Amino acid sequence: MLVADRLIAGGIMALALYFMVHAVELPIGWNGTTGGPGGGAFPFWLSAMMFACAAGILLRSFAADARASFHMDMSMLRSVLAVTGALVVTIALMPFAGAYVALPLFLFWYLRIFGGHRWVLVLPLTLLTPVFLFFFFEVTLRILLPKGLTEPLFFPLYAAFF
Amino acid sequence: MDVLTLLADGFATSLSPLNLMIVILGVTAGLFIGAMPGLGSVNGVAIVLPLTFIVPPTSAIILLAAIYYGAMYGGAVSSILLGIPGASTAVATTFDGRPMAQQGKAGLALIAAAVASFVGGTISVVLFTLFAAPLADVALAFGPAEEFALVLLAFTTFVGLGGDDVLKTIVMICLGLVLSTVGLDLISGQPRLIFGDLPGFYSGISFLVLAIGAYGVGEVLYTIETSKSAPQVTPARITFGELRAGFRAMNRLWKTMSFGSFLGFFVGMLPAAGATPASLMAYGIARQTSRNPESFGKGNIEGVAAPETANNAASTGSLLPMLTLGIPGSPTTALLLGGMVMWGLMPGPMLFIEQPEFVWGLISSLYTANFAAVAINIALIPLFVWALRMPFTVLCALVLVLCIVGGYAPSQKMHDVWLIAGFGVAGYLLRKADYPLAPLVLALVLGPLMEKSFRQTLIAEQGNVLAFFERPLSASFLAIAALFFVLPAVKYLRKSTRQSMAPAE
Repeated sequence: MLVADRLIAGGIMALALYFMVHAVELPIGWNGTTGGPGGGAFPFWLSAMMFACAAGILLRSFAADARASFHMDMSMLRSVLAVTGALVVTIALMPFAGAYVALPLFLFWYLRIFGGHRWVLVLPLTLLTPVFLFFFFEVTLRILLPKGLTEPLFFPLYAAFF
Repeated sequence: MDVLTLLADGFATSLSPLNLMIVILGVTAGLFIGAMPGLGSVNGVAIVLPLTFIVPPTSAIILLAAIYYGAMYGGAVSSILLGIPGASTAVATTFDGRPMAQQGKAGLALIAAAVASFVGGTISVVLFTLFAAPLADVALAFGPAEEFALVLLAFTTFVGLGGDDVLKTIVMICLGLVLSTVGLDLISGQPRLIFGDLPGFYSGISFLVLAIGAYGVGEVLYTIETSKSAPQVTPARITFGELRAGFRAMNRLWKTMSFGSFLGFFVGMLPAAGATPASLMAYGIARQTSRNPESFGKGNIEGVAAPETANNAASTGSLLPMLTLGIPGSPTTALLLGGMVMWGLMPGPMLFIEQPEFVWGLISSLYTANFAAVAINIALIPLFVWALRMPFTVLCALVLVLCIVGGYAPSQKMHDVWLIAGFGVAGYLLRKADYPLAPLVLALVLGPLMEKSFRQTLIAEQGNVLAFFERPLSASFLAIAALFFVLPAVKYLRKSTRQSMAPAE
């Protein structure tokens, strides 16, 4: 999997370049009057160092005795992608449908569809986790989780607990 | 003695009913988190950190320290039972702990780990009590120049002492430092690196977001890929006779354990070294000084005791530079440091003068936590085995939900939740490609301090770079840093000359 190693090294180089381009918006040179470097110097020169080291890693991977460190279990790639996708959908849903819809849906998907667990386990976990979250975060810590469209449904609960 | 009076006051704080309850709760939670494969003290502290707003700061840091301690004990449990280190600090424990479990001596190995952790923790807390105040006095002489030199030293210890690839370590340090500059410039107040003017980036990137992303989400993705089938659990059974036999066996290991404690404490005190290298060093030295080194790796009880004393001693030792200098010795202490800053407690030399109640409360709670941890650990051994049978698909789902909510709670911005997902995927890929994540998290925490101290010194000295070399303390730190930086190159050259001298096979 030398290709993946090289892709990651290349990606880091691109990121470093991006940082460098944006860092020059602030002075990166030495300021004689106030003493010391400008505001852009730290990000710029550190990104330059990052670029150089990533380039070193990339060049090293072309050497004759290069060893690949990336061992991807291809059969599990689908699972990793599925979980990542579910995570992204859940986070995207949160501002609209609210945490109390998105998170139980995620748990249900993960436990029942992805994990294939029995209903006896899935239902209590899916239903009790949001209850725990509500009492822990909203009632105890006074931290309101995003509710989106479901906000009106919580008005009676707010009235009861606050 | 002065220290004893202060400690007595500290015990009055830590033995208050609320704090005592918190210690027991924290240790128990930490034990379970540490015992979960893939989850360690870093994860425990990161997940619980946002939840500590309900209690006063002293109690909050006691809770985190108790979780830290508990997780250090718990890390050994899955190392021994499953062969999966519960945390990186427990990697060395698998070398002999796993073979012992396979030989049916899981109970003995678990007792050895618990007793060794207790000895390591206790000896190092005594060292901590005696040396915390003197070191804080030394730290008072610290100016921005020394701060900068010390932070630089912390990063070079990663390069010189860490077993990881040097280039990859440097890349991770730079990335963390650059990410730490996102937001407003410290001196001029201008926005920088705000990625297309996204408002969320104006307040910078929180270390918490990176830690939850990389260690929480990233770890889960990694676990999903590597744990295709549920691991084989070896049933552990604890009888009273076995318990007595375990303690008798530990009696013969005093030399190994006391050596491991001192070594662990001093390695843990070094910025950035932390418990993982300490435990590996203790294991290596125990093997080299043993009369029959070939029995190591095949189930030698000494091979469990040595790394376990060292990693617990180191976890105490790493609290010392965190409290006295504000320099964390490990990712977990970096999180603890971040927590203290969040509650408005500024770590550093003044902490001992301004907040004696907090400092001595914490130190005395380390004694309490140690006693609580060893008692709870031995009592819970049968339960651990049951908890570890929880399928990964249940464990991972709950951890991911905690990551999302735990990441949202402190700032209450969806922006941070998206960042957590992004850092999770990035952390997973970087970990797969053998990039070390600890330097990245540490760099993000230490970055602002590094930049601030560097620029403060230069402004004070009218741009004179030599100022860093003119002060004795900062000059010697820089010299040690340079040495660490050169060390890997020397090691590499020596290895290649030795290889070229060796006859071709």
